Amino acid sequence: MSATTRVRPKLYEAQKLAIWYFVVAIALFGLQLTFGLIAAYQQLNPEFWFEVAPFMTNRTLHVNTMVVWLLVGLVGGVYWFLPQETGREVVGIKAAKIIWWVIVAGVLVLAGIYLFVQYGPGEMSTLWLFMEGREYLEAPRWVDLALVLWVAIFLYNVIATTLASRRITGTLMVLIFDLVALGALYSAGMHYSINLTMDQFLWWWVVHLWVEATWEVLVGVLMAWSLMYLLGTPRKVVETWLFLEVALVFGTGILGLGHHYFWIGTPEYWLGLGGFFSAMEPLPLVAMVVHALYDAGGHRLMAVNKPAVFWLITQAFGNFIGAGVWGFMQTLPQINMYSHGTQLAAAHGHLAFFGAYLSTVLMLAYIVAQNAREHIQVPLDSRWWKWAAGLMIFGIFGITGAFTISGFTQTLIERAEGGSTWAAFIRAYTHPWYANTLGWRYFFGWVVLTGYLILVYDLWTIGKKAVTHARAAVAAVGGGDD
Amino acid sequence: MNIHWLEITIGAIAIAVVLTRVLSRGSGWLSWHFWRGAMIASSITMTTILLALSFLTLGETRPGAGRIPPWTVINHEIGLKWDAERQWQVPVVGEETGFFGKVWSPEEAEALVNKGKLTIQSRNCMECHTLLGNGAYYAPDLTRAWLDPWWDTRIKPIVGAETREEAMMKWLMNPPQYPQGTRRMPNLGLTEEEAKAVVAFLKWMSAIDTNGFPPHFSLTYEQR
Repeated sequence: MSATTRVRPKLYEAQKLAIWYFVVAIALFGLQLTFGLIAAYQQLNPEFWFEVAPFMTNRTLHVNTMVVWLLVGLVGGVYWFLPQETGREVVGIKAAKIIWWVIVAGVLVLAGIYLFVQYGPGEMSTLWLFMEGREYLEAPRWVDLALVLWVAIFLYNVIATTLASRRITGTLMVLIFDLVALGALYSAGMHYSINLTMDQFLWWWVVHLWVEATWEVLVGVLMAWSLMYLLGTPRKVVETWLFLEVALVFGTGILGLGHHYFWIGTPEYWLGLGGFFSAMEPLPLVAMVVHALYDAGGHRLMAVNKPAVFWLITQAFGNFIGAGVWGFMQTLPQINMYSHGTQLAAAHGHLAFFGAYLSTVLMLAYIVAQNAREHIQVPLDSRWWKWAAGLMIFGIFGITGAFTISGFTQTLIERAEGGSTWAAFIRAYTHPWYANTLGWRYFFGWVVLTGYLILVYDLWTIGKKAVTHARAAVAAVGGGDD
Repeated sequence: MNIHWLEITIGAIAIAVVLTRVLSRGSGWLSWHFWRGAMIASSITMTTILLALSFLTLGETRPGAGRIPPWTVINHEIGLKWDAERQWQVPVVGEETGFFGKVWSPEEAEALVNKGKLTIQSRNCMECHTLLGNGAYYAPDLTRAWLDPWWDTRIKPIVGAETREEAMMKWLMNPPQYPQGTRRMPNLGLTEEEAKAVVAFLKWMSAIDTNGFPPHFSLTYEQR
């Protein structure tokens, strides 16, 4: 199928805002990779930047930029599709624009604090101003409040626009329901307790119930809209699958939370509950694979946007393998007692976030890129996206493999044999089976970064030719503004 | 209250299935309406059960409520005992020995552990270490750090300390000076008060009943 160009319909204000969301998301993605690479190098050479920015600093930035750019990408995706879904401009778009730039400024200030302040005295004021010191929720309390305000305005945009359109679709119903839960859960994270058990109990409400429940559902909604856009799948089919996925995600993931309550001082019934329900968590992910492939197959991959369809299918497989298989591998308490808190968790984390969320955001980025210029190329295609995707996928599997091997070694040497002491920990990370994987991690980190640079170039240039051709054609007939 | 996971699991699934049938009355399993019903039913059922269980769990995890030690545990000797029935270790609290040369009242002990918790958060310890197994895996797990034999065998002599708490405090105030292994811990500028409080927090944490995590801490097979 040869590419054709057509004039793009006028963009809604919310869609113009969404373009900014993706520009910032992709930029933060670059920062995430940079800090990850520094942290990976510090594992090889722990003295590197030890005095100025030790591992903890780079790791904080690696994890936090990831959470922010993925969330920004997902929210940006909603701003992109919402006007199309409701057939009108987003209500409260002015507030959405203001809070967006407040958030961007806040993220920059926060990155400065992480890099140059790093920590503060053991006082409550440190938790408010500089560092909350709970993994993933390192951001100080003022950032939490800004985030809640952001989600609140976003929720208002979605609800008010839906009401103004006087029609509620199945996807909008799920979206509203999900965003309410997402915002409410975040407030469980703004909580201080001396009691570490209670602290971690509620901390998982944010971390697990975001990543393994509400974010998955948000992705489901964005997938549903993308399938309709990319492949023309009928709404009824897409929505029925979405409902099934939500039923299974919430049906397994909510009590699957129990797999974080095995060892934190909580009662023993969580061992069985967490084990059973989290073992079922891959089910909705299988459903997503079947759904994506069924729709793509049914349309013989005749998509309007090839890189986006590629990332859609990568999402389905990546989510299943990274979140499903790598999660299942260590979720039963009988193995988790030994593997908990080892590099195996990092292996799962890397592949799951790549499969479930990075793929989704890149799919959305290509949909937005296709429509970012005044002429649209259909189908959107280029030489470079395949290189970007191929290198990033190759790289992340390499990283995951390296983490998995060091994770197995740590599980065996430190936990099973060594009795989990300080000496056993040192024995594990200096063991050749562990130490040798550190170089692979670093190497594959560079592979992902190379893929990223090509991705940036591709997103910047893809479809540009179509615009040039269209302009030339307009010039040839001698008229018209474009 | 003694509840069993299997009953909750079977109950949860049964309620979700029945509720789905009720909500999607009259529509076949391949329809849009059926799965909308299933979605609502499973969300409501699982959320309700989670809230109920959380309520129960929070009741059982108050300091002094059995699984979680009271703050004054820092005044006592702490050890781990092999539970032959469950085949894992449980913490045991022994006689009162004091902490940094004194016995701390409940209020003083709470204030000290609180200071330790604030220090642990403000210094971002989880970004290298794990606490109860959660964190960043770059440095040792601290769940049973207080009970680690390394303090007595390796750290006491090099920092010149009489007691374990003193050894920990001195080491924490300048870790890069006494490197262990190939990875060094940065100097996070802990004051003496903060370092003491962190040691108190670690001691308190070592007495939490964690269902045997980390497995057979510091034990050989013959000792089990």
